[in-house]
Amino acid sequence: MAEDLKYIIESLLFVSETPLTMDHLKGTIEGEETAAIRTALDELMAEYELRDGGFLLKQVAGGYQFRTQGRYNEWIKRLIKPSTPRLSKAALETLAIIAYNQPTIRSDIEHIRGVDSGGVIRMLMERKLIRVLGRKEIPGRPLIYATTKHFLEVFELKDLKDLPTPREIEELSRSRLEENPDVEDEDEDHPPASQLPAEMPEAKTHADNQD
Amino acid sequence: MPTMMDNLMDAAPDEYEDDLYRVRLQDVFEGPMDLLVHLIKKAEVDIYDIPISQITAQYLEYLEWMQQMNIDFAGDFVLMASTLTHIKSRMLLPPQAGDEEEEDPRLEITRPLLEYLRIKSAAEQLAERNLLGDKTFTRKPDADILDGVEDDQVIRIGLFELIDAFQNILDKVSPDHRVDLTRDRVSVQERIAQLTEMLEAQESMTFDELFADDHQRSDIIVTFLAILEMAKLSLIRIAQHVPTGIIRIFYQ
Repeated sequence: MAEDLKYIIESLLFVSETPLTMDHLKGTIEGEETAAIRTALDELMAEYELRDGGFLLKQVAGGYQFRTQGRYNEWIKRLIKPSTPRLSKAALETLAIIAYNQPTIRSDIEHIRGVDSGGVIRMLMERKLIRVLGRKEIPGRPLIYATTKHFLEVFELKDLKDLPTPREIEELSRSRLEENPDVEDEDEDHPPASQLPAEMPEAKTHADNQD
Repeated sequence: MPTMMDNLMDAAPDEYEDDLYRVRLQDVFEGPMDLLVHLIKKAEVDIYDIPISQITAQYLEYLEWMQQMNIDFAGDFVLMASTLTHIKSRMLLPPQAGDEEEEDPRLEITRPLLEYLRIKSAAEQLAERNLLGDKTFTRKPDADILDGVEDDQVIRIGLFELIDAFQNILDKVSPDHRVDLTRDRVSVQERIAQLTEMLEAQESMTFDELFADDHQRSDIIVTFLAILEMAKLSLIRIAQHVPTGIIRIFYQ
């Protein structure tokens, strides 16, 4: 049954539109041990990883889901028009504050960012990346915010613990502060202008060929 | 502050005499913290040992420049300026005889700066992930339209269905119930608070249940306005079960 089980799970994952959780899988298959299912899932993930094809099996938002490889995103976007606009810097900052400090209230978010964040919060709510947990029992009874399951899905996170730890972030922010301010926002894939050759050999050969 | 960012782009302050405050076009200051981080990076100084008078001077000049360019900046920028100036003045004071172990006044700005930098890094790391709908895709890219309720045949309803349901409830009130002007009326704001409490306890309620306590026409109207307002604030999601036609309000 062991080999069969793997393919049963694979078929379920193929059909499912949302990440399938262990509970969901166990309820569907019935009579299989969690350990057996987990082994099958691990094997499947390893197989797709080894194949390194168009998509992989990923652990997302507490479940398992097939997701396309990042490197083919431009091709996919030719087929499907992306429906969601990119998140702004302000939105990402606000989201990061909520993700790390949740449950949190608006004034705490604004305290860290130093600017009014009402509009950004509303936008994040509309995009279902955050939700209201309730009200804090302090004067003004402010709304308490937390991230949603959809947030985990969008950012391809297993769970909240999958976020980089404060220590990892600390190290990164320190190294960022020490780096040369002139290249801070430069795309890292591109070498600084000074390292580029004075002449463009590619363009030159191209011209030569035409002669 | 999108307006300020746009203005910054347009302003292109290359003519500005002093190189120190030349703003690179891609530098977009979200707020005073962002500007401060930029100045500190630019000066290549240790965040734990900020040359406060130098940074304050640069900060103030930048503010002045924004004023000259007729850029509206929020009060947050002014507040930061006063904080910086205050720290600077405290640095100038000789240490008091009594309290030798006085804290470095600069910590007032170093602590929030460190926290802000942490968040900035965290935000950048989030942006670098395999974003769904940008870097990675699933088999059904728009599956999140009705997330959480996919097991049931539920549709999102529009304003007109909601008004119909409201009309039904109004019709149920017997006509001899006149509006009593002497009664204390509950405000929409208060009603939102009450409904939020009810929904917090039950997570979802039917449309009719929300009106269970309302006997007066005015109360029903207030409740309806509260529901509309809550939907606008994305506090609730309103959906209709297709087979039964029951409208349900989900707290989210």
